[in-house]
Amino acid sequence: MSAITIAGPAGAEKVKAPPLRPQNRQLAILAVLVLIAIPLPLILPAAQGAVAVRILIFLLMAVGWNIMSGFGGMFSFGHAAYFGLGAYTSAYLLVKHNVSPWIGMLAGMAVAAAAAVLIGYFSFRYKLQGAYFALATFAFAEMLRLVVTSSEFANKAVGFSVPLIPDSSLWMIQFPADSPAYFWVALVLAGAAVAISIVFLHSRAGKYVTAIRDDELAAASLGTPVMRHKLMTVALSAAITAVAGAFYTQYYLFVNPELGFGSSVSIQAIVPVVIGGIGTVWGPVVGAIIVGALNDVTATMLRTPPEFLSFLQGRSGLDVVLYAVLLILIVRLLPKGIVGTIAARWRR
Amino acid sequence: MTNTTQGAPLAPEISPPQKKDRGFLGRAGVVGVVLVVAIVVALLQSGSGLVVWQSVVTGVLTGGLYGLIAMGLTLIFGVLDIVNFAHGALLAVAMFISFGMISATGMHPYLTLVVAIPALFLIGAAVHRGLLSGTGGKSLENQLLITLGLSLLLENGLLMFFGAEPKTIALPGDFQFPLLGAVVAGSRLYAFLGAILLGALLFWLLRRTRLGTAIRAVAANGPGAELVGINVRRIHTLTFAIGTACAGAAAALAGPLVTVTPTLGEQFNITAFVVVVLGGMGNVVGALVGGLLIGLVEQLTTIYLGGQSSLLGVFVVFILVLFLRPQGLFGRKTA
Repeated sequence: MSAITIAGPAGAEKVKAPPLRPQNRQLAILAVLVLIAIPLPLILPAAQGAVAVRILIFLLMAVGWNIMSGFGGMFSFGHAAYFGLGAYTSAYLLVKHNVSPWIGMLAGMAVAAAAAVLIGYFSFRYKLQGAYFALATFAFAEMLRLVVTSSEFANKAVGFSVPLIPDSSLWMIQFPADSPAYFWVALVLAGAAVAISIVFLHSRAGKYVTAIRDDELAAASLGTPVMRHKLMTVALSAAITAVAGAFYTQYYLFVNPELGFGSSVSIQAIVPVVIGGIGTVWGPVVGAIIVGALNDVTATMLRTPPEFLSFLQGRSGLDVVLYAVLLILIVRLLPKGIVGTIAARWRR
Repeated sequence: MTNTTQGAPLAPEISPPQKKDRGFLGRAGVVGVVLVVAIVVALLQSGSGLVVWQSVVTGVLTGGLYGLIAMGLTLIFGVLDIVNFAHGALLAVAMFISFGMISATGMHPYLTLVVAIPALFLIGAAVHRGLLSGTGGKSLENQLLITLGLSLLLENGLLMFFGAEPKTIALPGDFQFPLLGAVVAGSRLYAFLGAILLGALLFWLLRRTRLGTAIRAVAANGPGAELVGINVRRIHTLTFAIGTACAGAAAALAGPLVTVTPTLGEQFNITAFVVVVLGGMGNVVGALVGGLLIGLVEQLTTIYLGGQSSLLGVFVVFILVLFLRPQGLFGRKTA
């Protein structure tokens, strides 16, 4: 995969430029999207800027989940495990050893990938599939939550607060509260994640992975190293999700067992992808934007509800109710998600 | 669960193993030995026989409730192949119905059984007709996601309307009494007895009535049942409704034992899933036995590791069973 050039200049001697290969077309679209997004925090008011950062965190989690569960067909219900490991590893290194969150992020990715390989190895070794696999991943995430909650090492239920430093620094990922720099850092991370997911999908390994998803027995009988590719997929997925966790801790300056490993974190990784379209490149992007915007709308509505909803003032739960309704509607009416459905119409 | 290898044939598992399975007694023996060892170690560790005995009694009594909840879940799984993530949320809904009735009319907590069971039966039927029917044969993920969405919807709906502050249901004339050295609250004993009674009733329904026969037929072979004139869609709806009615019954029985919050279903849901896997998915009697075991495991973990981590032991058992005996502790090996 050396051909990651976004739009290679057509040679002067060639009469006609060859048509772009699918991954190059998708990477070109990604580049355009990122270019459009760069000036956003300068235009948007501060509150919307925070929404945009949250969307990018959703996006990272969604891309991570989609690689394992969408491309790989291994329905994970425990992505909180990897998110939490990323968040906790970087927070631990920063708080206890004053290590830069960038290095902490890399360490978190390694830890999460290792955990994913371990969990994956045992799950595949014992041939857990479908609901059993989903329940097992859920159990692992919950076990991590309980272990973290009761271990001194991780500050028990209190969690970690990121120490504030006086001046802003890219090396420590700390900026003034409303600085657009947070958005740009998140944009780079999310853009890279989407690019990696595109390259992975079209790579040889990605082709093996989708083949295994579609018919494991057939793929195995043709000599595909099934176990190796499944483990590679879960490791990549976990690493990307860990990045989301590490950045989350940096942005909100705080993490505790519930925010890191709670089952609602796993749900936040799943919902955007389902809404956007499982197993598509752009599904996580579209889904994250919708879920993020929805979160903002409900937060505003609860702060200053319109007349007929005045009983909602100060109540929590509305945001989740709305995206639960959206989730059910999408699954019932557009089982392929928004992007998947549009793509299917397009092809016809 | 069309795409799983462990999805054991369901009909035989609705009933207890009929064939003389030589491994069955052996496995039961192993489980028994492990439990006895765990209890003895706990005894040595805590140094107080009373504490351990109290935990054992509490564990068994609570386990009966887990069994009843899990019976509903396992029935739905066995017949409809649906992993119902909303089971716990439905339990929470029933608990709020019960709480609402008590605070509105001051009726006796156990009297709310008369309301909670039919209410949850109807809700279950409506949920199945409205949301789930028609997804049969579609991918497992779809059903999983719908029930997941439903549980989010119900839990947060309760949160919106009732707020997060915990509520309690008091049992008038509740009393404590010594049982073989342990102290037991009357409400816990009643809950246990009620759960066992309702569990037996469900078992009788499945084994001895026409409806039960039809349910087992559909579980065994849907298309075949259709051919001999069973309305499969109706049976599916009824089964789902009966399953959620189990959650309703458990909620009314458990009311005086817990603090009522919108998210209380989560805990029960997790435990119920473990029980279902432990007992063998689709095995109603296995669910009851599994419930008792998990009740014990939870209490013993508390002795070993302290109050916060009772679920940790439950998850360890869960993972071990998933890996080593995905067909359930007492289910027969298939394929």
